Amino acid sequence: MMRIRNPKDFWLGLFYVTLGLGAAFVARGYRMGSGSSMGPGYFPFYIACLLVLVGAISIGRSAVRVGLAVPQIDIRSTVLVTASIVLFGVLLERAGLLIALVVCLLTAASASHRFRVEPIPALGLVAFVAMAAVVFVKGLGLSMPLVGNWFG
Amino acid sequence: MEIFANLSLGFETALNLQNVIYCLLGVLIGTAIGVLPGLGPVPTIAMLLPITFGLPADTAMIMLAGIFYGAQYGGSTTAILLNIPGETSSVVTTIDGHQMARQGKGGRALATAAIGSFVAGTIATMAIAWFAPPLAGLANSFVPADYFALMVLGLVASVVLASGSLLHAVAMILIGLLLSMIGSDINSGVPRFTFGQVELYDGIEFVAIAMGMFGIGEILSNLDNRDVERGTVNKVSSLMPTREDLRSMRAPILRGTLLGTILGVLPGGGANLASFASYAMEKRMSRHPERFGKGAIEGVAGPEAANNAGAQSAFIPMLTLGIPSNPVMALMIGAMMIQGIQPGPSMLTEQPELFWGLVASMWIGNLMLVILNLPLVGLWVKLLSVPYHLLFPMIVGFCAIGVFTVANSTFDVWLMAGFGVAGYVARKLDAEPAPLMLALVLGGLMEEYLRRALLLSRGDAVAVLTQPIAAILLSLSGLLLLSVVIPSIKGRRAETFREE
Repeated sequence: MMRIRNPKDFWLGLFYVTLGLGAAFVARGYRMGSGSSMGPGYFPFYIACLLVLVGAISIGRSAVRVGLAVPQIDIRSTVLVTASIVLFGVLLERAGLLIALVVCLLTAASASHRFRVEPIPALGLVAFVAMAAVVFVKGLGLSMPLVGNWFG
Repeated sequence: MEIFANLSLGFETALNLQNVIYCLLGVLIGTAIGVLPGLGPVPTIAMLLPITFGLPADTAMIMLAGIFYGAQYGGSTTAILLNIPGETSSVVTTIDGHQMARQGKGGRALATAAIGSFVAGTIATMAIAWFAPPLAGLANSFVPADYFALMVLGLVASVVLASGSLLHAVAMILIGLLLSMIGSDINSGVPRFTFGQVELYDGIEFVAIAMGMFGIGEILSNLDNRDVERGTVNKVSSLMPTREDLRSMRAPILRGTLLGTILGVLPGGGANLASFASYAMEKRMSRHPERFGKGAIEGVAGPEAANNAGAQSAFIPMLTLGIPSNPVMALMIGAMMIQGIQPGPSMLTEQPELFWGLVASMWIGNLMLVILNLPLVGLWVKLLSVPYHLLFPMIVGFCAIGVFTVANSTFDVWLMAGFGVAGYVARKLDAEPAPLMLALVLGGLMEEYLRRALLLSRGDAVAVLTQPIAAILLSLSGLLLLSVVIPSIKGRRAETFREE
């Protein structure tokens, strides 16, 4: 049994190998062609192989060289910020820019441990949404509905 | 002299009222985002790309360029006054610049940074005017193999310059190349790696990845870093440098400019490297190296000149070869392509007013920065008093709006969210995402040039590698790589021995 002395190298290496093998497998499905007439699968296949190689080196190295442990990932912030963006995407065309932006900003803001409901940030939120509506939709004429199709 | 005719054409374009206004707008936005930590030029330019659709090509480019070099300026202001580097390239400025501020010489430090940047900007602009035409001429004689080799060199250089592990930088490049394969193959029209997603048929949206990796990923890293330190603002004293200051900053500024101009041309964040290299050089050359870290004016003048010169000369490979040297340049290429302009050697002859107008506008923009920034210091500092927990939700909002408007695509919004997490995790694991972005931009072109090169040589790879220019460029890449690998192998040996 191999001892992992560098978890960062090990997990990244494992990720590269998985991604590389997957990409190589998909690329095999396209016509490979030959050197003088490269098919659509040729270049990606060899790049994917190189990635597998790099991943293997990384895994091998993790058994030899000592390294730091994988640091803690801040799951709460990551989930909340990601959710804020996803919600923006979901709501934009359905509920409109105004609502989507308010939801997005509040969800993202709640990722901070300093998040409180206070008058000044709330005012800032209103100002930001109003500014976005005026500048982006009215001023620059970007095609985003202010009020979405949920409300007719 | 032809160069003066060219420059006068440039100034004619750049001094057109609309262009002056957008140049001013660009440098102001640039300074503001440079001041704000956690918001860099990449997400800002990505955010403003849709706005430039309606502008003429020269105006659009002038504004975007202004954002880029304006950010270098803004970054140094906060580095000096608050010990917070607004941009990575101003990290070194905190060392001596902030010490000067604490000794009550903050105003003089700011003036030093401004003068250094302006002198560097002026010289680097001349360098572009001087070197771009011959370089473009040289590029006109390039065969496909040479282009392929040039891109390999670019990617290798970005690996070498990336902070963190070499192996992971290589992996990032390979992943970037694979991502660039997504979408319909230009030659056969076969959709590759699309997994049936119609949104991916035209390729993966570069802006979504850039904003995710750099904008959102950066925010997540900052949130993780709970105790982001907030220094106190030191009072800004008189801005006038003394005569002695001027004398001691002269040589470091000139050396920094030279270093920055050369390193800026290299792919992979030349401006960052230049400021570090300049600081190290000044310290080594100084007769009093012990003064460094305690408010040495040379430690501000040199790196500030170097990072500004580097920011400027980064335009050389982009304008003459169509090869981006950093993610910002990659976005600029994107902006030009939207305008229907293919950056590269032919731009100089086909779009001279665009090319020279951009070059001239950089000098005008630098002048504006010197005149505007020093009086506006108070305003910039006030901007910093917005606490990060109120600022970052707005950045998230801007990014979400920005990425949507590029192609009116909800899919891109989700893509950005996903790459935000990827960027954060990659940073956590010490894998720098910048090489990935370069590879993503270059991937399609690389495949195409390799295809053409191999077609010309009838599939003979050796014949491709031995084209004279290609051979030189590839050996250069090899040497660069070796220069990093060899010491690291030696170091590893030493490490293993110590362990036993």
